[in-house]
Amino acid sequence: MTFSPELEAKFARLVTHYPPGRERAALIPMLLFAQDEVGAITPEVVQEISRRLKVSPLEIEEVVSYYSMLHKEPRGRYHFQVCTNISCMLLGGAELFEYLKEKLGIDNHGVTPDGLFSLEEVECIGACSWAPALQVNYDYHHWVTRERLDRLIEDLRKVS
Amino acid sequence: MEELVKLTIDGKQVEVPAGTLVINAAKAAGIEIPAFCYYDGLALQAACRMCLVEVKKAPKLLTACTLVAQPGMVVHTETPAVVEARKAMLEFLLTNHPLDCPVCDKGGECELQDMVFRYGAGESRFLEQKVHTEEKQFSPLVYFDAPRCILCYRCVRICDEGLGVKALGVVHRGVYTEIGPNRGDHLECDECGMCIDICPVGALTSGRYRYKTRPWEMQHVGTICAHCSNGCKTTLGVRNDAIIRANNRDRSGLNGEFLCVKGRFGFDFVEHPERLRTPLVREGGELRPVNWMQAVALVARRFEEIRARGGRIGVIGSNRTTNEENYCLQKFARQVLGTNHIDHHRTGDVVALVDALAGRTGALATTGDLYRTRAALVIAADLAQQQPFLAFQLRANWRHHGLRLYAVTPGPVREEQYAVRSVRCRPGEELAAVEGLAAELKGEPELVILFGDAVKGELVHRLVAFGDSLGIPVKYVCLVDYANSRGAADMGLLPDLLPGYRPVAEAGLERGMALPEILAAPDLDALWVVGANPLKDAPLASTAAFVVVQDLFLTETARRADVVLPAASAYEKTGTFTNVCGEIQQLRKAIDFPGAKTDLEIFGLLARAMRAEIGPANPEKVFEEIRATVPGYNVALPVLAAGGAAPSSPQNGRVPVEWRPELIRSARDTLFRSGTLGRYSQALNSVTEAPGELYRG
Repeated sequence: MTFSPELEAKFARLVTHYPPGRERAALIPMLLFAQDEVGAITPEVVQEISRRLKVSPLEIEEVVSYYSMLHKEPRGRYHFQVCTNISCMLLGGAELFEYLKEKLGIDNHGVTPDGLFSLEEVECIGACSWAPALQVNYDYHHWVTRERLDRLIEDLRKVS
Repeated sequence: MEELVKLTIDGKQVEVPAGTLVINAAKAAGIEIPAFCYYDGLALQAACRMCLVEVKKAPKLLTACTLVAQPGMVVHTETPAVVEARKAMLEFLLTNHPLDCPVCDKGGECELQDMVFRYGAGESRFLEQKVHTEEKQFSPLVYFDAPRCILCYRCVRICDEGLGVKALGVVHRGVYTEIGPNRGDHLECDECGMCIDICPVGALTSGRYRYKTRPWEMQHVGTICAHCSNGCKTTLGVRNDAIIRANNRDRSGLNGEFLCVKGRFGFDFVEHPERLRTPLVREGGELRPVNWMQAVALVARRFEEIRARGGRIGVIGSNRTTNEENYCLQKFARQVLGTNHIDHHRTGDVVALVDALAGRTGALATTGDLYRTRAALVIAADLAQQQPFLAFQLRANWRHHGLRLYAVTPGPVREEQYAVRSVRCRPGEELAAVEGLAAELKGEPELVILFGDAVKGELVHRLVAFGDSLGIPVKYVCLVDYANSRGAADMGLLPDLLPGYRPVAEAGLERGMALPEILAAPDLDALWVVGANPLKDAPLASTAAFVVVQDLFLTETARRADVVLPAASAYEKTGTFTNVCGEIQQLRKAIDFPGAKTDLEIFGLLARAMRAEIGPANPEKVFEEIRATVPGYNVALPVLAAGGAAPSSPQNGRVPVEWRPELIRSARDTLFRSGTLGRYSQALNSVTEAPGELYRG
């Protein structure tokens, strides 16, 4: 399979970050970047990265199945990751998660039929000081309330 | 001189070489420190935490499997704190482990069961539902039951480090972690089953053995594998005269726990439905069953008659009968039938190597040498496919001692993964490529050269001359195909050599016909084939020849026979085999097969019927004669009796025979093929990898 020129350039730079013979160390960032572009770690992505880094598909599966931020099925364009760990839970994270389930009409790990939103309950995202917090793709949202959530979803619907 | 370290373990003074791990130091002192993930010879894991011990002055318990013994160290292996820790670890391991021991294959020989019995984590504080996943079939031979897995990673490491196959991995995380195969939902690998037997619990089970029996209901018979020439010891689990499994968990024999798919699963040819159970005699163009007396009498009568009129009798011996049988067969042919037209399918030019070495001692490498040598050179052989144990030894040597391996092959081989130098060459140009490595090889302190059937006749002499020119100690292994290929040559199943590579002229005989000449002789009067299938590849020219075949199955050759005598397999007899490295090992009879007789018994019956004297048809007696008369076979009997391997060493000077390289031809069997036996092994044929291919890397 082919990647975009930008991603190709990224990959080319990435492998130079590691000593010769240790190129396989680029596996996790490569998977992440490829996932961002392709939308999921598809079998084709695995094949391609396996070929480039000389890492077996099984070794890639070991990594992909271990890390929850790597996923084999496509997610929504906006992937809501709601923290329900201690600080967030105390400040209503779990209720926000329930609210989102209801609002989007999907369950944990679900994707809306239009492919726009997906939802995941996650462990601590390191934003305890600003709890309750959630992440949409790579962006953090702090001191989240139901109202803010409503507005956020509305905005995201508009821009797409 | 190795530096020694003194330490105290459980009050015992222990002295071990520097660098020894505490777990092994304890073992040397007779103290068992339990461990699941630690496995001798594999990378350290320190995952299971069972080997925690108390070390004086250490603030907390330490893992004995990663702890290097230090001078003055004081270790306690069974203090209340240690026992408590182990008990807690077991409780933890049992959180999701199903307690299905009553039906689990491993029950009775399970390391987890033994540990729970010892430390007694009988009560659990976990009330949660156990995580359960359905059992998976990774291949026809390998099943995986994830809930039983305790994640010691032994299987992953043996497959990656030991075999270089890397077919198993660890997928998912936390409580959902399990072992995963390399092709999504199934395995594509050597199907050796090392992962099954190395598993301390019943997570990986054998498709052949599962739910067949309880371990304590079997007798365990240690014998030698019937398939390739590597001579692995295999321990057969036998119940009611049936072989139920094969493994080598006691790590005895030259192969330790190593077995390939043939040794571990390929024993099932013995019970193939087409196995011959009664002698057959041709009557009116058809083979019809008769009893042994009738069949033997007929063969004896015809042999006597043909001998009396000076007819030409050809004898073709076997690569998989014992030394005793091979010795008796050539004796029978030469002394009773008066023929020297005797040969076998030669799969490597052992004769040329013995000739080229001209009696020098210590020039034949043993399987042990492959593990210790500093450098090795593989010529024209796909070791991982054709010589799996030799490949395993070399790989272990590389992992443990940094073996420097050179490979000169016509295609990609697995050894290239770690070879310091690999050269691809066109078939026929192997030696030229090897000679190109001279400068590099001269820099090695020593070398073992393993060569396949591409190096034969004059080329063997050229190779040995090349080895001499390096100015370093060089040992050789002439690769051959089958369980006793080497023994067939050693025992004189050759038209120009007596046992021990003595020229036939010594016995006042003239050189006889070689195998292709026997088959092509239009005036051949009788052909006697023992455990071979020459007519698979070439027709028999003489239409009138009286053909006698001793075999397990109705092979292409047996179909042409006038008399077929059902023979016992290697697992049904005692005797000795000589492996590819010239190491002699003893077979032990595991089962009886009704109707069949060992080839030695058959020779005895024929000799009696012909009123000829060839000595008692008793393997021990024959081996005594071999020890007394065959140069190089005067080995120590206690070594054999104790299940050890005794190296033989041909002691000849030059072997004055004509070079016949055209007679040397390996069958090019892969991991999943094994001559006639392989065709009748359901296990070997059941895997998707079969029949396999050489030089695919």
